[in-house]
Amino acid sequence: MAKSNKPIVWGLFAAGGTVTAFLLPALIIITLLAALGYVPDLLAYENMQAFAAHWFGKLVLFFIVSLSLWHAAHRLRITLHDFGIRSDTLVASALYLVAALGTIAAIVYLLRI
Amino acid sequence: MNERQIQLEVLRYNPETDDEPRFQTYSVPCPDEWVVLDALNYVKDNLDTTLSYRWSCHMAVCGSCGMMINGEPTLSCKAFLRDYPDHIRVEPLAHFPIERDLVTVIDDFMGKLSRAKPYLIPKEEKAIEEGEYRQSPAELKRFKQYTLCINCMLCYAACPQYGLVPAFIGPAAITLAHRYNIDSRDGGRDQRQQVIATNEGVWECSFVGACSEVCPKHVDPAAALQQVKIASTVDWYKEHLMPWGGKS
Amino acid sequence: MSRKPYVREIPKGSWYLRQGRYMRYMGREVTSLFVGAYALFLLLALKRLSEGQAAYEAFLEGLSSPLGVLFQIITLLFVLYHTTSWFNLTPKAMPVQRGEEFLPGGVIVGAHYAGWVLLSLVVLFLAGVF
Repeated sequence: MAKSNKPIVWGLFAAGGTVTAFLLPALIIITLLAALGYVPDLLAYENMQAFAAHWFGKLVLFFIVSLSLWHAAHRLRITLHDFGIRSDTLVASALYLVAALGTIAAIVYLLRI
Repeated sequence: MNERQIQLEVLRYNPETDDEPRFQTYSVPCPDEWVVLDALNYVKDNLDTTLSYRWSCHMAVCGSCGMMINGEPTLSCKAFLRDYPDHIRVEPLAHFPIERDLVTVIDDFMGKLSRAKPYLIPKEEKAIEEGEYRQSPAELKRFKQYTLCINCMLCYAACPQYGLVPAFIGPAAITLAHRYNIDSRDGGRDQRQQVIATNEGVWECSFVGACSEVCPKHVDPAAALQQVKIASTVDWYKEHLMPWGGKS
Repeated sequence: MSRKPYVREIPKGSWYLRQGRYMRYMGREVTSLFVGAYALFLLLALKRLSEGQAAYEAFLEGLSSPLGVLFQIITLLFVLYHTTSWFNLTPKAMPVQRGEEFLPGGVIVGAHYAGWVLLSLVVLFLAGVF
């Protein structure tokens, strides 16, 4: 059988796993505090807008959102197979499509800021 | 000397008379220091000569006596009765067809093992007169752990992906390919990658890690497979982004 | 002698219920559901941010619903499990050989945790949490 093309998605999965492992807990703490009523300074509209308007802020936000989506898509693909849902091609296509659309959407929204 | 009366509940299957396997229980007087293999040998010698099972060295180096003991893939020569309750369930190694009683059909594993090309493929042919292939202690240490595999197939019994997808080449075969891939004397990595960098090769692995947990020789096949994934991913990018590399 | 090998079927949808180690594995894999959900949540936040101040501030207020708070808490718990399981597995995937010996796995894992704590504190500080 020919060599697999899974490295593409696996590379994204691994990169996303690393980024989410390091950054997501702190981010969730920030949004959790906001949900509890203690909105951290950065989340105020003026500051978020300024952060996202800057090219560096755009890059950071893009990579966090996109890599998280690709990490989740690939792992969920495998998890659904583990749960007994065997139509791998269908599941993979659906999940990667969501990750791709999410990636494009992130670019579109970020370019608008 | 203390003795315990052990109830050994063994899965029996006679292909000539049975349509399905069934359990049969034997009551075995066992000294403290015995292992499950000793109890099986007692059964065969004294209670039921028809019981069939594989074993050889009785010291966890030959890899013959792998079976499911209370649901866990174990070498029966390494399963000390003092670690088990009085009732012990013994079944053939999971994920392999049953030939007879505790004997499994291992052809699938043997085929995959050879496909992985587990032997040195030198970069260049060297005549004997040119001398030996030299290797530093550090180069040896790099792959030494992965040489310890005794082909006992416990990892295949533990791996849920092998159970769900029988085409999966599996932990031991891929680990052995990796052992040779990272051996400084070897030049056959490209050939092995054609086999293990496929969908039914390393990419069926989802890092459950059960293989490493059950390995009686602490080979850590899970680690080897993750390293193969990373190496294969780097390969993929090199081949697709820099196809002028020369090798294919 | 006639051969008639018997194949034992694996229950495709419930094999993981049979052993604790399989359940822990599924728990680890299921964290991806929450990572994905949070990523979509961030995407929504970006959308609202791009729509202007009113839309964004309405979004921020929506976080405080009981369901919103629950989502944050549950997601945090699952993502923490992702972080710890990811770090613990790193030395296996990327062993570091120094001279003859390998760096102990604990050193690599410890470095990850240390880096993670430091990075998190920096992010929280920059965000104005303290």
